[in-house]
Amino acid sequence: MDKKVKVYSTPTCPFCIRVKQFLKDNNIIFEDIDVSKDQSQAEIMVEKSGQIGVPVLDIDGDIVVGFDKEQIKNLLGL
Amino acid sequence: MLDLIIVGAGPAGITASVYAARKRMNFIVITGDIGGQAAWSGDVENYTGYQFVTGPELAIKFEEHMRQYKIDVKENEYIIDIKKDSDFFAVKTDKAAYQAKTIIIASGKKSKELNVPGEKKFKNKGLTYCATCDGPLFLDKNVAVIGGGNSALDAVLQLTKIAKHIYLINIASNLSGDKIMRSKVEQNSKVSVLNSTQVTEISGEKMVNKIKIKNASGKDDILSVEGVFVEIGLVPNSDFSYAIEKNNFGEIKVNCHNETNIAGIFAAGDVTDVPEKQIIIAAGEGAKAALSVSRYLMQQK
Repeated sequence: MDKKVKVYSTPTCPFCIRVKQFLKDNNIIFEDIDVSKDQSQAEIMVEKSGQIGVPVLDIDGDIVVGFDKEQIKNLLGL
Repeated sequence: MLDLIIVGAGPAGITASVYAARKRMNFIVITGDIGGQAAWSGDVENYTGYQFVTGPELAIKFEEHMRQYKIDVKENEYIIDIKKDSDFFAVKTDKAAYQAKTIIIASGKKSKELNVPGEKKFKNKGLTYCATCDGPLFLDKNVAVIGGGNSALDAVLQLTKIAKHIYLINIASNLSGDKIMRSKVEQNSKVSVLNSTQVTEISGEKMVNKIKIKNASGKDDILSVEGVFVEIGLVPNSDFSYAIEKNNFGEIKVNCHNETNIAGIFAAGDVTDVPEKQIIIAAGEGAKAALSVSRYLMQQK
């Protein structure tokens, strides 16, 4: 079953680019949320993750802060 | 017994790994991340062959090149200790122990920390070392940038488009960095430059809401800010071996063959005292180090 993946990111953040590339390489479909353009989504991200930093991934409600490859692999069963 | 352990997978470590693979060495790479500081860089316009490439794109290219050779890369693993045994080196990491005839240290540099109370607690809770990444999250907020060099000035200029007000807190009596950037910062009405001032504490509840500062005459003050951007330079990742000779900045001393003071241990890239920290220089140094290892191993036989 495919999990619903959201990536909260900014266009200038190197690890956001890396994490999105990683998901693409693994054929994971995700919603890309640019928090620099959408302040309400930025607040949702801070609320969900309890911190102020990008990237943040929401994988079916599980929150991953940063490009934590191991955790992302585990949650997605890669 | 491994021929070689490469510590780090930035431009220097990755290039060393490509050369080592082509020399058919039996080796592994141990690294926290892949790409190193290159992965954090913005636009790169001086890496020969790429007229324009972003840091992350270049890092992906480096990684692809390394992966072509089926190299055993131990990612997210950190060196704790390197010890010389009779005729090999014992390397301890946070996950395992290894033995190798030679080592290339290419562990690069990381952001320098302030070392003040509250810094660890509020990391990513208002305090960040990457203005480029997290700057946009501080829309219409009051923020402080700590530092006085080019990276601090760059952070300030990025934040002038986002934040409400920016305090630039500089420990020295004058800003350093490029003149063009300095005058842009000084002329911007959203920026207050506080020279001869240091940060003594970061505080808040869940997230940062204020910082304590001290000026040259010893007077304390409190600034209400929700963001703190630390841009006070870089330190080499060279803590894991005390026997290796370093300079005053903690950079590993190497000669033009990338040899350290310990026979069999080589070093390359930004962790060394080689002048000029550049992606292309680190890559070249990594190549040199791997070739030196190859020659060293041949002489040992």
